[in-house]
Amino acid sequence: MSGTGINWFKYSSPQALYPLAGRMIPWFAALALGLIGVGLYVGFFVAPTDVTQGDAYRIIFVHVPAAWMSMFLYVIMAIWAGLGLGLNARPSFMMAQAIAPTGAMFTFLALFTGSMWGKPTWGAWWVWDARLTSELILLFQYIGIILLRSSIDDLRRADRASAVLALVGVINVPIIYFSVRWWNTLHQGASVSITAAPTMAGTMVTAMLVMMFGFWMYSIAVTLARMRCVIVERERHPSWGKQASMPDAVEAR
Amino acid sequence: MTPRKKRFVLIGLGLGALAVAAFLVLNAFQSNLVFFYTPTQAANGDVPQGRSFRIGGMVEAGSLTREGDGLTVHFVVTDMAKRVPVTFKGILPDLFKEGKGVVAQGQLAANGAFLASEVLAKHDENYMPPEAADALAKAKTAGAQSSGTLVVNPR
Repeated sequence: MSGTGINWFKYSSPQALYPLAGRMIPWFAALALGLIGVGLYVGFFVAPTDVTQGDAYRIIFVHVPAAWMSMFLYVIMAIWAGLGLGLNARPSFMMAQAIAPTGAMFTFLALFTGSMWGKPTWGAWWVWDARLTSELILLFQYIGIILLRSSIDDLRRADRASAVLALVGVINVPIIYFSVRWWNTLHQGASVSITAAPTMAGTMVTAMLVMMFGFWMYSIAVTLARMRCVIVERERHPSWGKQASMPDAVEAR
Repeated sequence: MTPRKKRFVLIGLGLGALAVAAFLVLNAFQSNLVFFYTPTQAANGDVPQGRSFRIGGMVEAGSLTREGDGLTVHFVVTDMAKRVPVTFKGILPDLFKEGKGVVAQGQLAANGAFLASEVLAKHDENYMPPEAADALAKAKTAGAQSSGTLVVNPR
């Protein structure tokens, strides 16, 4: 870290992060737009149809990356929450706060697209199997964490309470992931995993991975944008918050 | 130990305790968390008696018959060890096929037949274009003639 000549810890202060995030957002947003555009194009027009499901399977290009993101983002949010608790660091709590709505959005997207997929393939919009139920619980966890935070006025207490809730809930992530292996479920097993070769055609995997990177870039851009809002909201009082360096955000309030 | 280190240790211990608790709870619920029972479990009587449950397995090839009304179907669900005959009146999902996965909800009748009220198709995690499936099928038949060692996705 010292070799680069940049003091990275500088950016752990909201004051330094605010302008940096502002500069980074357009890049991540552009990357997200490009990757998702390419991913959807490859998924819908280049990838071959599936032999049993026909074109209905193409929803995986949204469904699977969204489901992955819903779990990744939860883990990342929990890590920030744990760091916040351990280091007693306000910016970590702010990061956890900024990630939660995006995670909830991806969880909802995974459930919604899964439901749209379930009807034509399984013959049911919804079933109470272990995979679907645990993913639904994840959505409730995100909503619970967001609600708990907003229901406590004292920011310090809100930070700590929602961080503890986030940490406790992290136990659900491995349950979601392994549910299809541990129990009989209607949901099929994993097609793509780290340990085995994918059980799907190459173009399909490519499109799915491109979509996943697109979703990552989107998540980073949106989280940084939300982080800026959180910073402005919570650091209202210091003098730098009123400086001309961030007139756009001040006006937006 | 600094207070900071102490907090991290506490968080770690808390998560550890939570993991153990979750493991024990899930272990206790093991039998209630299954979405369907297998034909072997049905044959052994390990299934709920007198109430509705789901049975899952493969639709045995060549077992599908349709009655005159065009709605009532009979097929056999198998897990390669035991077989359960299923009767269902209704519309089958598009992916329902002989040799493919299926999950049926209903009750076991006295004569051992399963009266289904709902039939769901269970598809697997393999996705391939039709041409690849054709090639695989050809390779399989060719392989069966020559060596028979070509294993296509054992599962």
